[in-house]
Amino acid sequence: MAVLVGKDTRVVGQGITGTFGSLHANRNIDYGTNYVAAVTPGKGGQRFEDKVPIFNTVRDAVEKEGANTSVVFVPPPFAADSILEAIDAGIELIICITEGIPVRDMALVKDALVKSKTRLIGPNCPGIMTPGECNIGIMPGYIAKPGKVGVVSRSGTLTYEAMYQLTQLGHGQSTCIGIGGDPINGTSHTDAIRLFNEDPATEAIIMIGEIGGTAEEEAAAYIKEHVKKPVAAFIAGTTAPPGRRMGHAGAIVSGGSGGADAKIKALKDAGIAVAPTPSDIAETLLSVYKG
Amino acid sequence: MNIHEYQAKALFADFGIPVTKGQPARSPDEFKAALAELPDGPVVVKSQIHAGGRGKGTFKDGYKGGVKICKDRAEALDAAKRMLHNVLVTHQTGEAGRRVKTVYFNEPCDIAKEYYLAILLDRATSRPIIIASTEGGVEIEKVAEETPEKITRVTIDPACGLQPFHKRKIAYGLGFTEKEDLKQLDVLLTGLYRLYWEKDASLAEINPLVKTTDGRIIALDAKVGFDENALFRHPDIRALRDLDEEDPKEVEASKHGLSYIALDGNIACLVNGAGLAMATMDIIKHFGGNPANFLDVGGGASEEAVTEAFRIILSDKQVEGILVNIFGGIMSCQRIAKGIIAAAKTVSIDVPLVVRLEGNEVEEGKKLLSESGLAITPADSLKDAAEKVVKRVEEARKG
Repeated sequence: MAVLVGKDTRVVGQGITGTFGSLHANRNIDYGTNYVAAVTPGKGGQRFEDKVPIFNTVRDAVEKEGANTSVVFVPPPFAADSILEAIDAGIELIICITEGIPVRDMALVKDALVKSKTRLIGPNCPGIMTPGECNIGIMPGYIAKPGKVGVVSRSGTLTYEAMYQLTQLGHGQSTCIGIGGDPINGTSHTDAIRLFNEDPATEAIIMIGEIGGTAEEEAAAYIKEHVKKPVAAFIAGTTAPPGRRMGHAGAIVSGGSGGADAKIKALKDAGIAVAPTPSDIAETLLSVYKG
Repeated sequence: MNIHEYQAKALFADFGIPVTKGQPARSPDEFKAALAELPDGPVVVKSQIHAGGRGKGTFKDGYKGGVKICKDRAEALDAAKRMLHNVLVTHQTGEAGRRVKTVYFNEPCDIAKEYYLAILLDRATSRPIIIASTEGGVEIEKVAEETPEKITRVTIDPACGLQPFHKRKIAYGLGFTEKEDLKQLDVLLTGLYRLYWEKDASLAEINPLVKTTDGRIIALDAKVGFDENALFRHPDIRALRDLDEEDPKEVEASKHGLSYIALDGNIACLVNGAGLAMATMDIIKHFGGNPANFLDVGGGASEEAVTEAFRIILSDKQVEGILVNIFGGIMSCQRIAKGIIAAAKTVSIDVPLVVRLEGNEVEEGKKLLSESGLAITPADSLKDAAEKVVKRVEEARKG
């Protein structure tokens, strides 16, 4: 398998009995993703779509169905609790789609993650997909195809943009990871790039960043030092005015840091091909990677 | 979400952070009663707006200074009358300035030394960080750039919370060694951290924090911002929101679940996803256009929200063209198409409209639009869409 998820991934859906969660869980199942359990406190003993057993706790889903990966669709006030429950149950990988979790809650989640073996992707992210094998979250399946390019992005719809451009040019993806647009997230650009770098099934990498924070600069430093595979990048927000939060809680240029120009410069200095527009992401990669 | 200084000072007092005595007033009738609450003698009069640089600001009628130190109540009364309902322009407000609806009378104090103190999120460690500096009353960014050695930083493990050693480190960093000073700072830091944590603040800043000539350590100014995602558990904080300090279009947009920010260009965009919305602005600029706004309709927008989005972007008279860019993941292209058609019926779209749809239910969406009879220029890719909208706007200008 590519990275993190594949054919053997056994998913437990937290909060998939709600309208939003059930819509996307059904799409994931149609794609071929193996949902082995659902967790909705109070609905234990019932079945999701007459098939997937529902449990009251994540621990039950782990013990009875061997779930190793969780997807969280739980509303923001309760999402951190769901993540903490999954960490406590020993889930290896948690994907949190929920947008709008308070920063204070995430600070405590981050602390719990550091003290555990669990990896979190998100929150406020589109999920993760290994095309042809496993799709967890809200990414449209048809825009992807199996292949050798790893894609990591803070933005959901820009991830789709890059995936679809690759697919249209005949190049598939190993795994696509949406790490989310919040100021505190579980998996950083650097974490994802390290995974792609160590994955034999991934030959090239696309990284999509945006204004705010310094995660892209850190990834650039890591790539410069460790990555021999071809990398292309795009940074959104060149035209964003300072001091304004551009939708994502994390996308804000403040106190002179987090601007697009500094990020683009750091990427170029690390030898990464930077796409001039969001429409050229795949072509930019193919200028340095022949496949 | 930001609040006014007088509101922040009231919160400070609730959390045991020493502040100077102060009284807000919203009308000339309230001035005298407010002033009577303060001791006789000099008074500081402060305009209340959500922007920095008030002291150096100028009012639209030429009156200088949004913060005045007055020698007595009569002078304070005069200053307050000049400030109230006047529009103050500072380096942070832009040319339009902000209307002063509240003035804040404060008891002055004799300052021996000024400091800087703030708590915010450190994104690098995902933990709260306390930043303190011996240089108060100036911008912390400037201090960080020119004299970084004057800044003390302490990150806090959120699970353990603020510990005595954190407070000692800040105190020593600020040069305090006297027992009485350490004791005062201990109380102040405990209160500030509790306020930051318990009220889900995104920033709790005191600039300047002062030591007075009679030995007191006091917050002379107070700036507090809050995490909007956490307001659901703080109705008391939500009640402090002053919508007059926000762009009315942005407020209207947020009521419909839309994230809108006005910019100064002429090409409006309507996009799903914050990253794609920023990237759409970028590509408009790349092809020689100028984005009029940032607008993320989000994933769950209804047809009504899309109609509202059109209403908002078209209320900007500078708009000469619209680019709709949707890559449906959560969002269905069909729903967007229906929203555009419904919008065209209620809002007159009299500028070129370029639509690029991709993602979930894309074929259904495209079909609806092409059968609608609306004057829509379809586009196949983001690049195609950006080029087309810039070109169509140019053509429309030439007539």
